Amino acid sequence: MSRSPGPDLVDDFPVLARTVRDGKRLVYLDSGATSQRPLQVLDAERRFVTTSNAAVHRGAHQLAEEATEAYEAARATIAAFVGARADEVVLTKNATEGINLIAYSLSNASTTPGAEHLALGPGDEVVVTEMEHHANLVPWQELCRRTGATLRWYGVTDDGRLDLDSIELSARTRVLAFVHTSNVLGTVNPVTELVDRARAVGALVVLDACQSVPHLPVDLPALGVDVAVFSGHKMLGPTGIGVMWARADLLDQLPPFLTGGSMISTVTMEGSSWAPAPQKFEAGVPMVSQAVGLAAACDYLTEIGMDVVAAHERALTARILDGLADLPGIRVVGPTGTTAAELADRGGTVAFVVDGVHAHDVGQVLDDRGVAVRVGHHCAWPLHRRMGVQATVRASTHVYSTEADVDALLEAVRATQGFFGVTTTTGAGVR
Amino acid sequence: MDLQELYRETILDHSRRPRLAGLREPFDTEVHQVNPVCGDEVTLRLRLGAGSGGDRPLTDVSYDAAGCSISQASTSVMVDALTGRSAAEAALAYRVFHDIVTTRGTMTADPLDHLPVDLADALGDAPAFAGVARYPARVKCALLGWTALRQALVETA
Repeated sequence: MSRSPGPDLVDDFPVLARTVRDGKRLVYLDSGATSQRPLQVLDAERRFVTTSNAAVHRGAHQLAEEATEAYEAARATIAAFVGARADEVVLTKNATEGINLIAYSLSNASTTPGAEHLALGPGDEVVVTEMEHHANLVPWQELCRRTGATLRWYGVTDDGRLDLDSIELSARTRVLAFVHTSNVLGTVNPVTELVDRARAVGALVVLDACQSVPHLPVDLPALGVDVAVFSGHKMLGPTGIGVMWARADLLDQLPPFLTGGSMISTVTMEGSSWAPAPQKFEAGVPMVSQAVGLAAACDYLTEIGMDVVAAHERALTARILDGLADLPGIRVVGPTGTTAAELADRGGTVAFVVDGVHAHDVGQVLDDRGVAVRVGHHCAWPLHRRMGVQATVRASTHVYSTEADVDALLEAVRATQGFFGVTTTTGAGVR
Repeated sequence: MDLQELYRETILDHSRRPRLAGLREPFDTEVHQVNPVCGDEVTLRLRLGAGSGGDRPLTDVSYDAAGCSISQASTSVMVDALTGRSAAEAALAYRVFHDIVTTRGTMTADPLDHLPVDLADALGDAPAFAGVARYPARVKCALLGWTALRQALVETA
């Protein structure tokens, strides 16, 4: 029988049983930064390393065969998790590397015979949004700098949605890169609408799915995008592994980013040719045990059901939003509605500011009570500027989060206001 | 460790009423420091008086800071203590303050002990930041304004 999200799963995550700061129960609400890993993931990695560890795609001994099979089976599981074909899944160090991979491959297209049609140059445009994580902004800034292309972006509305009227794509728009679920606002962007606009001008669509794939059922090919990236460590898997998915015909046309062993077809002293994708994009010995661990994380989430995971997180998000709305002096940065329709367009990250208390100081008091959140700009500095805030406090949930965690957060926010004397409701004041 | 150990009354007071705040003219150099982790920033202007080398007095230190209570308070304490002091004294004070906020609970002697008495008196609020040393993530906050002053002193040396 499959188990339910929340308290039933706590035994799978031993770290959640520890205490912090002099015996306080750990209330982990920083899953948007990195999620905790269940024993099932650790066991899968350990089983692989203790029975079959070897370098993959080389060597003829039994361990090498088993390791290669484990690695490719992991790729197939990860691909199936997002509705994709295994040969369309490139395993990378993390999602950031995936975005750099596509950006540098597009750069390299200008000097690769047969790939010139993918190259960018002066007059071409790359379009992003003002709500991007730095990982889906800086690589595009750099691509534009290298190629002479122009970076443009969709703005963000005051309530934290994309302002779809802020710019229009043009015939010179070559790439549209945007985040599926904002890592700050929680906003889920209208993928279909944006894909339609990109298709109309023939632009490639790159989707940052780091905050969607771990929390929602996502079928990447069905979304109509060309490329998508996500990372293992935000979906109960290990660090050191990320995924870049792309349409097979695009992978065929793109030149490689990193070159070296494993990714070649033939090598002579004069030059080399490339293996077919995905190997073409996986130079060097890959991260096998991490791939096995990420596949185990996919299995773990699949067993629960991603629709069940999403419903669980929507309920917790509503509890956070409703609880914060009841407190004076709190401003949520992002959508605040808690109807079913509003929550359907929202992920489980809630960023907020406490009037009169800097986010770092809020985080300090929360931490003193065992509540782990992220404070700062969450690698989305331009978005914070746009929303008129220097830093926010961000609470983010996952499948193991509980109502008790949310209640502890809300109580700690109240205590923060009391500690810094910014509200009279608690009467504690500043000591 | 209690939160009150970190947020001493001295710190809360300086963060609410930063001393000598604002940007003023004239100045010899203006520097900008940012904590890239959280986006906290400070702009600091330094005006030096007549003299040679380390003897030159900090006749005016003015600043515009946005950040958490720790960074706001540490900048305020610094400016309050060092305005009118010599560049050499400011450099000495930086080293002492750096020790206070980075020596993780191992500082036994009074950190101001080996300073000239009048400088130690001026820095009387600095030991209130000792609690910062227990929280490595906050050390950068506490040093933001001090780093700006050190940079300004290097630029005017």
